[in-house]
Amino acid sequence: MTYVLTDSATMVRRNLKRMIRYPSMTFQLLIMPVVFLLLFVYVFGGTLGAGIGGPTGGRAEYLNYVTPTIILMAITAAVQGTSISIAMDMTEGIVDRFRTMAIARVSVLTGHVIGSLVQTVLAMTSVFGVAVAIGFRPQASFAEWLALVGLLVGMAFALIWFSAALGLASKTVEGSSNIGLPLILLPFFGNGFVPTDSMPTALRWFAEYQPFTPFIDALRGLLMGTPIGNSGYIAFGWCVVIGLGGYLWSKKLFNRESTR
Amino acid sequence: MNAIKATGLRRSYGDHEVLKGVDLNVQRGTVFSLLGANGAGKTTMVKILSTLIRADAGSASVAGHDVASDPNAVRAAIGVTGQFSAVDNLMTGRENLKLMADLHHLGRAEGKLKVERLLEQFDIADAADKSASTYSGGMRRRLDLAMTLVGTPQVIFLDEPTTGLDPRSRRAMWEIVRRLVADGITIFLTTQYLDEADELADRIAVLNNGKIVAEGTADELKRLIHGGHVLLQFNDPRHLEAAARVVRNASRDGEALALRVPNDGSVSSLKALLDQLDEHSVPVDSLSTHTPDLDDVFLALTEKVHQP
Repeated sequence: MTYVLTDSATMVRRNLKRMIRYPSMTFQLLIMPVVFLLLFVYVFGGTLGAGIGGPTGGRAEYLNYVTPTIILMAITAAVQGTSISIAMDMTEGIVDRFRTMAIARVSVLTGHVIGSLVQTVLAMTSVFGVAVAIGFRPQASFAEWLALVGLLVGMAFALIWFSAALGLASKTVEGSSNIGLPLILLPFFGNGFVPTDSMPTALRWFAEYQPFTPFIDALRGLLMGTPIGNSGYIAFGWCVVIGLGGYLWSKKLFNRESTR
Repeated sequence: MNAIKATGLRRSYGDHEVLKGVDLNVQRGTVFSLLGANGAGKTTMVKILSTLIRADAGSASVAGHDVASDPNAVRAAIGVTGQFSAVDNLMTGRENLKLMADLHHLGRAEGKLKVERLLEQFDIADAADKSASTYSGGMRRRLDLAMTLVGTPQVIFLDEPTTGLDPRSRRAMWEIVRRLVADGITIFLTTQYLDEADELADRIAVLNNGKIVAEGTADELKRLIHGGHVLLQFNDPRHLEAAARVVRNASRDGEALALRVPNDGSVSSLKALLDQLDEHSVPVDSLSTHTPDLDDVFLALTEKVHQP
């Protein structure tokens, strides 16, 4: 399989072209997290900011607290697009055509994955841009910026592969659009919007061990200089587990017989 | 050498056995037509031979490669145009062809040349930069087939290539198929239209209920049915009534003022028929003799199997 890279590049071009032809989805993926950011900062931020126990409290404090979470939400929203576009593609005859061609099979999937990664990076950038515009001031060093970008792209890549598998596993396009909802809600059951200390015991236990909590801790630490501890390594570990699991599952699902 | 060879192919979906042991051989450079009604197993057959699904039992090779053990070699030698359109609707005709050129790893210049030639050859040049979703049925089918040809396949599978097309687009598709054969390509065609198989195929196999019930050239299949029929044309319904009373075994031919009478077409039997009509003074407007067509064959063969 010497053509994995060439074929994947071809498929990436195909998916980018499709995104341009069908821009409403990309647009929605860019807008939604920005709306969440503004909602949490301006509607809830005054009250929540007073409760998180920072040195100054209030809205400005909450902006710093919630921006890493909203950047994560930009990822979880964008990867829903991956599930939907893969599920949509599987219903079309052209995928069966690809299956009867002597191409690197995985390129059909990598095309979607890299395409989604571009979408996700755009979504994260737009959240970050708006956050800075309304007063977010990160204090990361150059090395921390590199780590940050690595961690974000790593988590995006992992969740995209995972969503690709969900998209392949769902029987219909409608099904695939619901399947990602738990992923959108997961940051709420963690340290994403409020510290976990105030939660009931069972929920707190879940919140502390679910994958997004160390990830958000690591992002906050890198951006704002709060203590990271071993969160960075745990977050990286989760990326590897989710990404590898998603990749292997997707590959297995794609290689099974086409039933549609 | 055989372009396609299948032995004892079986395949079930759940409890339903779709193929019940199919054998067939297709000579290189010929058109082979698999004829059957909906649900006979035609598409399943194409899916197995084009490596989309695996057979439960039996073996098959295409272009000299085993479909089960060496699917990639098979894929490199074939092109498939399925029943359902396999074009990317969000892209233009030219982009669809370019995508195929890239996936076949043609160089930039070679790919461009090929794409332009196919656009011209398949009469899509005028709409080359329009989105494929705006194409008519016939045009989409032509683009579909053009995409299949980018890789210069040795064997092409056409699964019901003219289903749903208007008569003109059908003729155009037939013309294209004939040109492909002239280039030495082997074609495996499935169809439920007898005239299509008659027009295009060198050999025809009739698939019914997962089994091949007859195989041969169109003429050989027609010879399976003895005799033909005579069509008597009248210009007055009363004459038709009169004739129907006189002639045995006659059947009305639809709405037309015509009577279909079984007859082997020999001079003596024709004379006997005319004498009989003359005796009862039934005026006949015109008469034509017909050798059995594939419709007769198909109905006879598939009915035979259906009856216990």
